[in-house]
Amino acid sequence: MTEITLENLAHSYLPDPSGDADWALKPMNLTWRDGGAYALLGSSGCGKSTLLNIISGLLVPSQGRVLFGETDVTGLPTLDRNIAQVFQFPVVYDTMSVRQNLAFPLKNRGLAEDVIKSRVAEVAEMIGMTDVLDRRARGLTADAKQKISLGRGMVRQDVNAILFDEPLTVIDPHMKWELRTQLKDLHRRFGHTMIYVTHDQTEALTFADQVVVMYDGRVVQAGTPQALFDAPEHTFVGYFIGSPGMNLLDARVEGATAKVAGVPIALARGYGPLSGRIQIGIRPEFMRLGTGGEGLPFMLHRIEDVGNHRIVRGHVEGAAVNVIVPEGQPIPAGADRIIPDPAFIHVYADDWRVDPAAVERAA
Amino acid sequence: MEKPLNNRAWLLVLPVLALVAFSAVLPLMTVVNYSFQDTFGGNQFFWAGLEWFDETIRSDRVRAALGRQILFSAIILAIEIPLGIFVALNMPKKGVWASFCLVLMALPLLIPWNVVGTIWQVFGRVDIGLLGYTLSKLGIDYNYVNDAFDAWITVIVMDVWHWTSLVALLCYAGLQSIPDAYYQAARIDQASRWKVFRHIELPKMRGVLLIAILLRFMDSFMIYTEPFVVTGGGPGNATTFLSIDLVKMAVGQFDLGPAAAFSLIYFLVILLISFVFYTLMTKEGETL
Repeated sequence: MTEITLENLAHSYLPDPSGDADWALKPMNLTWRDGGAYALLGSSGCGKSTLLNIISGLLVPSQGRVLFGETDVTGLPTLDRNIAQVFQFPVVYDTMSVRQNLAFPLKNRGLAEDVIKSRVAEVAEMIGMTDVLDRRARGLTADAKQKISLGRGMVRQDVNAILFDEPLTVIDPHMKWELRTQLKDLHRRFGHTMIYVTHDQTEALTFADQVVVMYDGRVVQAGTPQALFDAPEHTFVGYFIGSPGMNLLDARVEGATAKVAGVPIALARGYGPLSGRIQIGIRPEFMRLGTGGEGLPFMLHRIEDVGNHRIVRGHVEGAAVNVIVPEGQPIPAGADRIIPDPAFIHVYADDWRVDPAAVERAA
Repeated sequence: MEKPLNNRAWLLVLPVLALVAFSAVLPLMTVVNYSFQDTFGGNQFFWAGLEWFDETIRSDRVRAALGRQILFSAIILAIEIPLGIFVALNMPKKGVWASFCLVLMALPLLIPWNVVGTIWQVFGRVDIGLLGYTLSKLGIDYNYVNDAFDAWITVIVMDVWHWTSLVALLCYAGLQSIPDAYYQAARIDQASRWKVFRHIELPKMRGVLLIAILLRFMDSFMIYTEPFVVTGGGPGNATTFLSIDLVKMAVGQFDLGPAAAFSLIYFLVILLISFVFYTLMTKEGETL
């Protein structure tokens, strides 16, 4: 077990990358703490799997270094990194029984028969396949096969890290929840560093202590689920985390006032002169509905009751805006205004959050 | 879903039935007809019963040809299947070279069979052939016209040259269908090259290998053109395989009755051995 450091790492699948778009991964520095449970979150094609394959050694990065502790492993093959990885689609060895499948990584490392036996029994228990251990793997269903893949990933105890590449895609929802709980449990018991790639925020937020959000080949924010919710550093994080995501409105910011479509809104703090495309972001949780008078003009389209709260969907000046109304709170008849809570308004310049404290220091 | 039943649907099968009747059933029935009769020409036939079948089964000549045929097919399969797998494993998976290799591999398959025979007939000649001339200059006593062993070697090498590509291409297609994740998982699991072959590549190739073995068996068991062009079945009867023998009997000696009985037995033998192969290999797959 060890800390994993990515130093000035970048990767391109093209032999001779020139423009920004040629890089699947833009230069990044990142440290994965030993024993951390990480989620790597982002939409499809943002470079999550590329990053994972670089860590496991299936890919050699175009530039930068990968460090395991103090050792530079950038050029080392997967074999010498001692890493486990579970892929999106099940990989089972058709010709073997479930037991042989689970024992395979241990056998290849020449472990003693009795160690293998007890490890296999333990993992089989964990994935709930004890009673089918002697069945052939080929005839099993897709989610049973994926459980075998997961089991093979977890069967080794001495690994530096276990990487999961959207492992629960093919598993049915109930089993998904159960396996995730077991992964979490496994993490608590053995303290392996785990990196879990997903595009499902629920999965990421329930599994991980630390969530790393990627967008367009960049790591846009790494932090606790709470930090990602409270202060999204990038508009993508705001939009991607939360259900529904953060509302973004084009605005002009002068001092402590933002003007959206000519309507002034008070901000909690003052901002200096800003350049680029300026937007304000407010989570749907921190707005309320009103009629007439103060607030932004709002066109209500529909109300969705999702059980413990309601989502009011509508438009402000052509931009889609959602408001969450807690249960028990009435929705005013003929609501045509929204009033954001100034304490929770963030200001974004060219998609990156403007830190009011930094602006104050600079002033 | 409820499926509508309508007997008029049989009408739709009629064209196929008619076609198959003309192309397969009628000619086969003609052969069956000949096999039970004797003729001296003039369109006069006499009932012969099972005489021709009896004669064929007892014939030393047919038995010898059958023995040679089985030996030939066994050698062909033993060489071409492993060699084809080996070639497929070593072909590039993508890029310009992959296309280049594919074209190169397909070339022998595109040459008409009698041309293949002619190529090797000339290639192996001691007086003007590149192979035969070079070998004799090197002091190796090689002459496929006089020496039975040399004739066999020539015919086998020719068949390997002609058909290994087919096995290789089929296996290549099977290999291409294996997702990358399998190889990656194997690397994560520290599987050796042999284990990757044994547990990933071979099982995934099982389907195409079955087809390759069946095709190569049937084709080699029916081989006629190439050895006929190269050796004409000689020296003596050394390379007279079943079909060459059959043609000699039917066209050379005009023994229509015995030839027809021979044909039917030949057909049944191929059917039987193919069936055995198929059953063995599909069963093997379940217990593998």
